[in-house]
Amino acid sequence: MKVMLAMSGGVDSSVAGARLLEAGHTVVGVTMRLWGGESDTGCCSVADVDDARRVAQQLDIDHVVFNFGDDFNEHVVAPYVSAHVTGRTPNPCIECNRHVKFARLAERADVLGFDAVATGHHARIGRTADGRYTLERGIDRAKDQSYVVHMLGQHDLATTMFPIGEITKDEVRRIAAGLGLRTAAKPDSQDVCFVTSTGGREEFLGRRIPFRRADVVDTSGRPVGTIDALELVTVGQRRRLGLPGGGPKRYVVGVDHAAAIVTIGSAADLVDPGLHVTDVTWVDAPHDGAVLVQCSAHGTPQPATIVPAGNGIDVTWNEPQRRVAPGQSVVFYDSSDQAVYGGGLAG
Amino acid sequence: MPAPTYLDHAATTPMRAQAIAAMLPFFDERFANPSGSHRFARDARRAVDEARDRVAAALGVLPGEVVFTGCGTESDNAAIVGALANGGTAVCTAAEHHAVLHVVEHLDGRLVGVDGWGRVDLDDLAAALGPDVAIVSVMAVNNEVGTINDLAAVSRLVRERAPLALLHTDAVQAACWLDLRAITPLVDLMSLSAHKFGGPKGVGVLTVRDGARLAPLIMGGGQERERRSGTHNVAGIVALAEALCITDADRDRENERLGALRDRLVDGITSQLDGVLETVPRELKIAGSAHVCFSGVESEALLYLLDEAEVCASAASSCASGAMEQSHVLTAMGVDAEWAQGALRMSLGHTSSRADIDRAVDVLVDAVTTLRRAQVRRRGVGST
Repeated sequence: MKVMLAMSGGVDSSVAGARLLEAGHTVVGVTMRLWGGESDTGCCSVADVDDARRVAQQLDIDHVVFNFGDDFNEHVVAPYVSAHVTGRTPNPCIECNRHVKFARLAERADVLGFDAVATGHHARIGRTADGRYTLERGIDRAKDQSYVVHMLGQHDLATTMFPIGEITKDEVRRIAAGLGLRTAAKPDSQDVCFVTSTGGREEFLGRRIPFRRADVVDTSGRPVGTIDALELVTVGQRRRLGLPGGGPKRYVVGVDHAAAIVTIGSAADLVDPGLHVTDVTWVDAPHDGAVLVQCSAHGTPQPATIVPAGNGIDVTWNEPQRRVAPGQSVVFYDSSDQAVYGGGLAG
Repeated sequence: MPAPTYLDHAATTPMRAQAIAAMLPFFDERFANPSGSHRFARDARRAVDEARDRVAAALGVLPGEVVFTGCGTESDNAAIVGALANGGTAVCTAAEHHAVLHVVEHLDGRLVGVDGWGRVDLDDLAAALGPDVAIVSVMAVNNEVGTINDLAAVSRLVRERAPLALLHTDAVQAACWLDLRAITPLVDLMSLSAHKFGGPKGVGVLTVRDGARLAPLIMGGGQERERRSGTHNVAGIVALAEALCITDADRDRENERLGALRDRLVDGITSQLDGVLETVPRELKIAGSAHVCFSGVESEALLYLLDEAEVCASAASSCASGAMEQSHVLTAMGVDAEWAQGALRMSLGHTSSRADIDRAVDVLVDAVTTLRRAQVRRRGVGST
């Protein structure tokens, strides 16, 4: 097959290329230029493009750079900023996968006559007896990234490949070292690629939106303090609330953005029997009933029952769980904790 | 299988064989640093001096007005930064090469608009000029779309409205196509880059009119009469002179030959494809430049298919990562964004042949047709 390999400049996509070649595919490496601003992590810096190109040279495959900066800005950066304004948790990596990697890049690959797009995600694509595609966790459970690619449907999966989903991260590094790939010991990318580690989220948002001061109240509505930047507060947060130390642990249990009020409470106040999930996508047919539900990239899946409700899905936990921040991605897995059913956004 | 078709001569053009031959002795027995006092140094010094004489003759300037630099970008930087040493404001057009534009922007200079064909807007320029202006930079030929500026009109305006200003032109894209002797009397400073006319990379020229006050950008050993320090790139300078002389001698013939090929290329495309915009009328352009925009096509995708079929062209200028950036030139010209995203620059040069052009037309027509069909097919998928 003729495969377009998305190369971030990291070790996973490097080894993905090596494995595709070993399997006899024709491979062209592509690095997406997504972010023109400051960056020190992730997949957008010139240094990472250099690494991708040098690995492509080592693998002896062609390498090109596509500029999807406008798409990235529209579908990832702008929503990231506006989510903070409206008090929702953004999912930049997931939105990048949804709108850029598995949409814009996949479309480009199709138009250019490629059969598939491959990435270095730790996830697996399977086939059922009747020819349906499944999306499953990567073999390396600790590095599994099925959560961030949960939005892929049958049409996407038919033209997507995850060449390292079947091997562990240790094996990835071993293969890279064995081939002498320059990315063999490169650390995993962390955090949001367009936010620098020095300035952080606060500096990034501070340049783009005004921060609002907010009152902090307890669950009975009694004022206990104020904070400077409502936009930086997340449900479940415990630190940086400007509260005196000592006493029981207190958490953000609610944020009313319209009224600029942050409510704090105990861990017990942060527990819900369930949640509503909107914007749901399914890997295959819609599902209901008993599932495992994962609410962050490396969160522990918890048993729950899901049923269609209104514009989405109602999740009822088997045991009450800590509140999920609005906007957070919520992904449903089968009871064996292997296959993704689908997912959406916490309401 | 025919050799790949190279239509990116504006990015760089293959070296002239004579220029390669001319530089080789200076990597070997004539290796010396010309700034010495022994026989080896004298030999190298003579080579640089003779090269300077040849360059001066081809440019219509005095030998003392020729400064050898490290590249066209350095020449541009040296002109602008050097002219502002005693204060003042820099002015340039919005369609300049980044080697000028980014310097002027960095120094808080003024940008002047261009018309729909990329020519400097003289009214806008007049408004930007004044006694505070120390340097005006207007390119002789635009690197993306090939438009020629009327430097005579620019020169008159600058002398009248900003008599204290130095006038600089980036003539990097002009060397193969325009008689540079007609440009140098109009300006104080002119930048050239050897690799655009069959010389090697890593050497350029800045002409500095006798009497023009220009502070050096690079200081050190005082080479080039204190105007550009650093050990001479003797091999590069000798090859630059050789390539420039050949280019100068061949220019009329090449303009005619390559102009006809360019017409064949553009006519071949427009006669076989709908939805093609010829960005600038040919009479306003250099002969070797073909710039077209395709509707319903993305440049990056088109360039990929062309490259796959071994036809090498470009779109806008590339950023450090190699990604295509939206063209600031087309934006300045007011080209509709829908057209601009399907921009293609094909530039011809001394190795271009009729076979190249015919092959390029065939490949290009196929590629554009393929991409448009794919878009139609995908819209069909999306609507079901």
